[in-house]
Amino acid sequence: MIDGDAIYAVWLREVKVYLRERERVISSFVSPILWLLVFGSGLGASVSLQGVSYQTFIYPGVLVMSLLFTSIFYGIYIIWDRKLDFLKEVLVAPVSRTSIFVGKMLGGCTDVMMQSLILLILGLFIGIPITPLVFVYSLLILLLTSFAMVSLGLVIGSNLKNQEAFNLVINFLIWPLFFFSGALFPVSNLPSWLSALTYIDPVTYGVDALRGAILGAQSQAFPVYVDLSVLIIFSLVMMWLGTISFGNMQQSK
Amino acid sequence: MIITTKDLTKKFGNLTAVNKLNLEIEEGEIFGLLGPNGAGKTTTISMLCTLLKPTSGAAKVNGFDIATQPSKVRSSIGIVFQEPSVDDLLTGRENLEMHAMLYKIPREIRKKRIDEVISLVGLEDRADDITRVYSGGMRRRLELARGLMHHPKVLFLDEPTLGLDPQTREHIWSYIKKLSEENETTMVLTTHYMEEADMLCDRIAIMDAGEIVVLDNSANLKKKVGGDIVLLKMDEPNLERIRKLSFVTEAEMKDGTVQIKIKDVSKNLQKLLCKVGEIHSVEVRQVSLNDVFIHYTGKEIRSGEEEGGFWERVAHAEVNR
Repeated sequence: MIDGDAIYAVWLREVKVYLRERERVISSFVSPILWLLVFGSGLGASVSLQGVSYQTFIYPGVLVMSLLFTSIFYGIYIIWDRKLDFLKEVLVAPVSRTSIFVGKMLGGCTDVMMQSLILLILGLFIGIPITPLVFVYSLLILLLTSFAMVSLGLVIGSNLKNQEAFNLVINFLIWPLFFFSGALFPVSNLPSWLSALTYIDPVTYGVDALRGAILGAQSQAFPVYVDLSVLIIFSLVMMWLGTISFGNMQQSK
Repeated sequence: MIITTKDLTKKFGNLTAVNKLNLEIEEGEIFGLLGPNGAGKTTTISMLCTLLKPTSGAAKVNGFDIATQPSKVRSSIGIVFQEPSVDDLLTGRENLEMHAMLYKIPREIRKKRIDEVISLVGLEDRADDITRVYSGGMRRRLELARGLMHHPKVLFLDEPTLGLDPQTREHIWSYIKKLSEENETTMVLTTHYMEEADMLCDRIAIMDAGEIVVLDNSANLKKKVGGDIVLLKMDEPNLERIRKLSFVTEAEMKDGTVQIKIKDVSKNLQKLLCKVGEIHSVEVRQVSLNDVFIHYTGKEIRSGEEEGGFWERVAHAEVNR
């Protein structure tokens, strides 16, 4: 079922394509930087939360946000692959769909992690307290979150039939996932309706774990093991759905 | 038989794209599926390539069942898709390397195999360029090279020259011919270009509305429709009298000329001209596949339909004004 050569082939393609599409790479940094510098400093001028500046407070959230957007876009991108016959070339190869999915997923996670790495380094420059240990721990949490979100993106991408659905996904999935995740506010002491929504949003647990890693355990709403278990379970479920979706993928004519 | 299908059917909702197709394709031949857009050619190929599940019926490719042994079928075939399918951010060579890995070509012979197919399609000089800067013809050649690289038993070509200019098209044809001769690969191609089917295919199946209307080699197809066609320009033609002549099989007025189908034109042309009276001009042409198509379907395939876009219509509108 799992075929190392095929996974490597698909992964290598994704990484090469990512590194060659400079516009995509550069533009993926624009919105996190705007959030941090403009929103963070702007609102931060009059607000501080949990004893840190607002900019520092939202830094983990913005990191997860950029991961979320890049991951889901990456997954949805396969609609375009599909419109051309490129995806067919891969789907018709004598390798299992599971291998193709795994290769695609690892490719996406690699893209996301390269981006996260740069944002973490950027954090050092705006005064976020990142020690080497925090750095490594944060990368691990981001990696786990990227497994979950890239797989979710691929599940959506492989089930969408046309690009028109793209806007629906942005407005009805990505933005809510972001806003309900507590990336911009602490999730404790929320009104109950909002609290319920943040609890069912898987992104919440990525933000919470990362906030704990960077700002210290006192800023976390859940114990670390809860965050990590939710992320692991969600990733596994999405990977399972992803392999099924890839297995069922057919050509549209 | 390298490919057999039994009542192969594909429905999309109410539309029957392919209806109870029964085909037998021999090893080593170039087999053509000819038909207008929407005839079901691509759907047929997609099913044989395991990219689409048939609604009913069955098919075997290289002895493997497309429904129950898809991965064995996939190892036996190569495909050149209708739409571009090379990755345009990778170089030609990188595209081939990826393909080699996916098709499990052993690491030791990968490089040799890649160089082989690159020179086969004459892309040596451009192999390390990003394919985004390739011309349409070069991409097609790269796709041909890729399709052949793992030495498939069957190569499927879906509209291999669609949208290419006439010169490039002839280029691709000569590559396809050369490849088929050198590798003894069975080739199954779809096309809506008559001359393409005529030039390349050992046997041609004419498809229309999901069914095979007739199947034979080009010469026999033309023979079945019969005779040659004489086109006469004349005033007041007497069609009744022409039809009564023993060697005339059909006669009709079309676009101001009389079209007469006759047997054995070299012997009978003189007799015909003696009987019809005064004419302005005469033209003799052999039956083409187009005539065969019209004969069997009552419709005309307009080649170039695809290209007839907005600007062409604008141009026509200008002229008409």
